[in-house]
Amino acid sequence: MMVLNIKELPQEKYLLSGNAACPGCPEALGLKYLGMALDDKVILVVPAGCSSVIQGLAPGSSFRFTTLNVPFASSDAVAAGLAAAKEVVGEDAVVIAWAGDGGTADIGMATLSGAAERNDNIIHVCVDNEAYMNTGIQRSSLTPYGAWTTTTWTGKKERKKELPLIMLAHKVPYVATASIAYPTDYIEKLRKAASIKGFKYIHLHAPCPVGWRFDPKYTVRVAKLAVETGMWILFEAFNGKVTISPFSRPYQNKERRKPVTEYLKLQERFRTMKPEDVKLIEKMIDDAWKTLLKFT
Amino acid sequence: MSDEVKQVLPLAKPMEGVSGKTGTWRVTKPVFHNDKCVKCRLCWLYCPESVIEIVDREDAFITINYDYCKGCGICSDVCPTKAIDLVPEGE
Repeated sequence: MMVLNIKELPQEKYLLSGNAACPGCPEALGLKYLGMALDDKVILVVPAGCSSVIQGLAPGSSFRFTTLNVPFASSDAVAAGLAAAKEVVGEDAVVIAWAGDGGTADIGMATLSGAAERNDNIIHVCVDNEAYMNTGIQRSSLTPYGAWTTTTWTGKKERKKELPLIMLAHKVPYVATASIAYPTDYIEKLRKAASIKGFKYIHLHAPCPVGWRFDPKYTVRVAKLAVETGMWILFEAFNGKVTISPFSRPYQNKERRKPVTEYLKLQERFRTMKPEDVKLIEKMIDDAWKTLLKFT
Repeated sequence: MSDEVKQVLPLAKPMEGVSGKTGTWRVTKPVFHNDKCVKCRLCWLYCPESVIEIVDREDAFITINYDYCKGCGICSDVCPTKAIDLVPEGE
């Protein structure tokens, strides 16, 4: 894979300044890179979530993309309909369902799975900030083990749902994971997904300073540490065949990963963790790598 | 209901500053020092608010739009040469 040069990226603004995102918002970064990748040839379908808030108050909108705000569970069904209509009209645009982790893994799971099974010509981007941040930091099925939320006071006792693997099992043409700390990788993946016909799934890791309880200036640092400690694995898969992306490749080797505590200690949400919990997380990382490498 | 009821489409158009001048949210202010800048563009790339613009002038490589900068400080954290300082607002 050729890595993009920062100088080649467009300097146009796609997410306009003065939006309603919190300071240091990773989702704002995700939207900015989405524009850089696909210009404004994008139709966004947005279920309830932080992205509905970031748009700001009518009659203005901070999004330069054509956007449709839809009820929570329906995003992929609406996107599938739009994609079909787009084909009839002959319009050249990419339909993207842009949902958070709740809108993807919990409430939107049924329509997501349905659209994947029908192989509808859409991209689903899951912006994973690992809890329901917009409504006040409640746990979702993508909240990791041990993390504090307002509904898991002593740390979550369950594991994070392995959503990229679930989507891989749907045998869709393209599944990828990305991180806001590696924009060139993410942009490349978006462009690749846009060129493929059928259902595409991109899982974007987005550390939220408000919900994860860290200083907003560390958004990019935390996202980077997630990859460097092996907690978040960047990969892409064409028709079920997994390739580890260049930025994650060194961390296949366990010795080259940074200690996971470096990632955990930056975030207040892991403050209730005991040493045995950290051991468990280390084991989970090993298991995740082992499972994923079986698909390569 | 009369026939004269005006129909309004619930449409919003792209607009800068939908949440007002978000610069007033700032508690720390990023201050750019051109002499330390190595023109890597990382601050521009990672600014979530898109307030950093590359102007490539003799006196400044970038400009920061303080009307909308929320002062998150990502630019100063990603800068490899520490060319952007975070200064508490109001000093």
